[in-house]
Amino acid sequence: MFRFTRAGRTGPWMRAISVAGASAIALTLAGCGGDDGTSAGSYGFPQVTQDDKAPITVWVDADRASAADAFKKANPDVKINVVTYDGSANGSNSFRTKVQLFDRAGSGWPDVVFSTQNNDAAWASQKSNGKQAFAAVLNGGLVQKTTLDSFTKGSLDPCTVEGKVYCLRNDLAQVALWYNKDLLDKFGYTVPTTWEEYQALGEKVAKEHPGYIVGAVGDSFASEIYFWSGKCQANGVTGPKTVTVSTGTTECKRVASMLDVLIKNGTTPNLSVFTPEFVKKYTGKVLLMPGPAWYAGAIFNNPQSLNVPAGQLGVAAPLTWQGDTPATGNVGGGTWFVSSHSKNLKAAEKFVEFVTTADDYQVNVAPGYPAYAPAAEKWLKKQESSGYYATDLQALLTAGSQIWNGWGSGVFSQEAIWAKTITPAIASGKNLVDMLPEWETAIKNQAQVNGYTVK
Amino acid sequence: MSYGFVAPYTALVIAFGVLPALYAVFLAFTDNEGGFAGIANFTKVVSDFRFLPAVAHVALYLVIWLVALVVLVSFLAVVVHAVRVRWLSRTLRFVFYLPGALAGASSVLLWLFVLDPTASPVSGLLHLLGFSSFVQVIVPANLPPVFAIIAFWTGAGGWIVIMYGALNNISPDVIEAARIDGATAVQIARRIQLPMLRKWISYMGIMSLAAGTQLFVEPQLLSQASNAIVPNDYSLNQLAYQYAFQQNDFNGAAAISLLLLVIALALSAVFVTRGGLFEKD
Repeated sequence: MFRFTRAGRTGPWMRAISVAGASAIALTLAGCGGDDGTSAGSYGFPQVTQDDKAPITVWVDADRASAADAFKKANPDVKINVVTYDGSANGSNSFRTKVQLFDRAGSGWPDVVFSTQNNDAAWASQKSNGKQAFAAVLNGGLVQKTTLDSFTKGSLDPCTVEGKVYCLRNDLAQVALWYNKDLLDKFGYTVPTTWEEYQALGEKVAKEHPGYIVGAVGDSFASEIYFWSGKCQANGVTGPKTVTVSTGTTECKRVASMLDVLIKNGTTPNLSVFTPEFVKKYTGKVLLMPGPAWYAGAIFNNPQSLNVPAGQLGVAAPLTWQGDTPATGNVGGGTWFVSSHSKNLKAAEKFVEFVTTADDYQVNVAPGYPAYAPAAEKWLKKQESSGYYATDLQALLTAGSQIWNGWGSGVFSQEAIWAKTITPAIASGKNLVDMLPEWETAIKNQAQVNGYTVK
Repeated sequence: MSYGFVAPYTALVIAFGVLPALYAVFLAFTDNEGGFAGIANFTKVVSDFRFLPAVAHVALYLVIWLVALVVLVSFLAVVVHAVRVRWLSRTLRFVFYLPGALAGASSVLLWLFVLDPTASPVSGLLHLLGFSSFVQVIVPANLPPVFAIIAFWTGAGGWIVIMYGALNNISPDVIEAARIDGATAVQIARRIQLPMLRKWISYMGIMSLAAGTQLFVEPQLLSQASNAIVPNDYSLNQLAYQYAFQQNDFNGAAAISLLLLVIALALSAVFVTRGGLFEKD
């Protein structure tokens, strides 16, 4: 099949004709086991003829290069070519862009891809302009069911489209409540357990200790920390092409009005935690911070960032709304894809299974909270034994199972919408409560141009 | 012989200019299966909720930038030309030209620092204007002037040098005659130099217009650097990019680029006719 599509480079017309011809031939050959065509495949998607010796190409971001190294060490007999790319981070969308170009060229796909994003399964699971979906179905026999079942409950949701699993989760990014135990003790405050207590504490801090903060809304993922936890229906992706958006609900309003108070009194600045400005202003002044699991390594225990000394950082279970069931949000967490075009699916599968489940990487090397539950337990033990934290880390385990499933993973980026609609509005002094309708419109518009039916 | 010199250029223009343009025309009128689509792609992109805002953004940016360019470049070129001290004139030309020597994207990266009040060498000025954070500097209302300033800083120097050369072309006899008739420096500039620069100014207008409608690098880099606070669909070219690589809709992207071409051609026609670019004296 490759041969034919490649010959069609002369133009779309020629390509259309040759593709038609190729599929006709492939169809005839299928019965006689044609060795150059695709077959329906035993895993639930069409696959090319397999070659167990074929080297596999693996795309990772810079942070995940160590995963490939760990695999090489453990499996010296499997030939892999490692390509480092930007991980599709910060809205670069390079994973999708490149795959679309390979689709047009009809060749060149990598065998395994790591993405920092959670919205790739939404497109990689779908045919695109008539081309075979990029992502291989993993729960059709390619990955053992027992392995899939050992992932933390709900952690494969961003990978699952209509009951089929298209990627394995590298790490979970459940939102919990980080706090500075030393500061809380010094000021005589207790750790809040509900958002109502959290707001009250924020108002107290503004009066008694101005300059100290209890959160931040300047990052594009602020919606995932606060609104996802609050069960706001801003991202109700219900199918591959359907989404329900309603930001006028009480769930959304309670979050918005709480944030309005805390933004106005200066305890929740509209600043990204990754800016030098934030580090300069708030090092040593972060009292509380609801945020994902990876905040620990990325901002608190990082000499380039807040650099909180050992023995001060504590973590508590996600805040809940009074009278409501516990729920929390999630900010990213990487995903591993296997290409459905791979010539060596076995090796590709071995790779993604290794990097998501093996202790050699997930427990010993990986910085983030493993999505694979057995690895997560060991990882937590290892982190606790490091002596850095002022509390145990069981709150992360609790949070991992409380991620609200009403917030989906669509192909469009909620983060980009927040950044462009809400962040500048807060910067110019507008109230979040008043911005909710505008936010809803922006989400709906973005969903529609991406082919979603909006309810 | 002359054909020999032109041949490599012609080959490259056909391969990388004409053929892709024709391919874009083909794409714009077909659907993703290659069938004829009529004007469906055009109606689709024009009715996109991002289209009109993008047009407005680019239009506002063009107005600010082109006016600033024409006025300031002409003024600065005449001033530099009037400087009689040779080393000063040379230094000024060099200083004006210098920012333009930086490659496009890297000069925008430089501006990321200039615009951030915490890191900027002109942070005092930014604070004076009431900006205390990067986010406040790049709120949507500020973007057209910000892009115009960046574009002026990177592009104007080259034009000042070109205008300086054009001023050298004006016969010294004409200037001399004017001076004997009692014209002041200002009168010489207004009555003699600027009218004689008309063609050069309209040439600058056309080239800058073509570049300006294609606004892409500045908003794209700012968008990435600000984690999408500057939207990634701010300009028309970015929108075309979104169509091609976010939505996998090359046909829609081609339709936008054709629309851009038509608009740029129409506006250029104004400069050509008003500026008398192709008139022979």
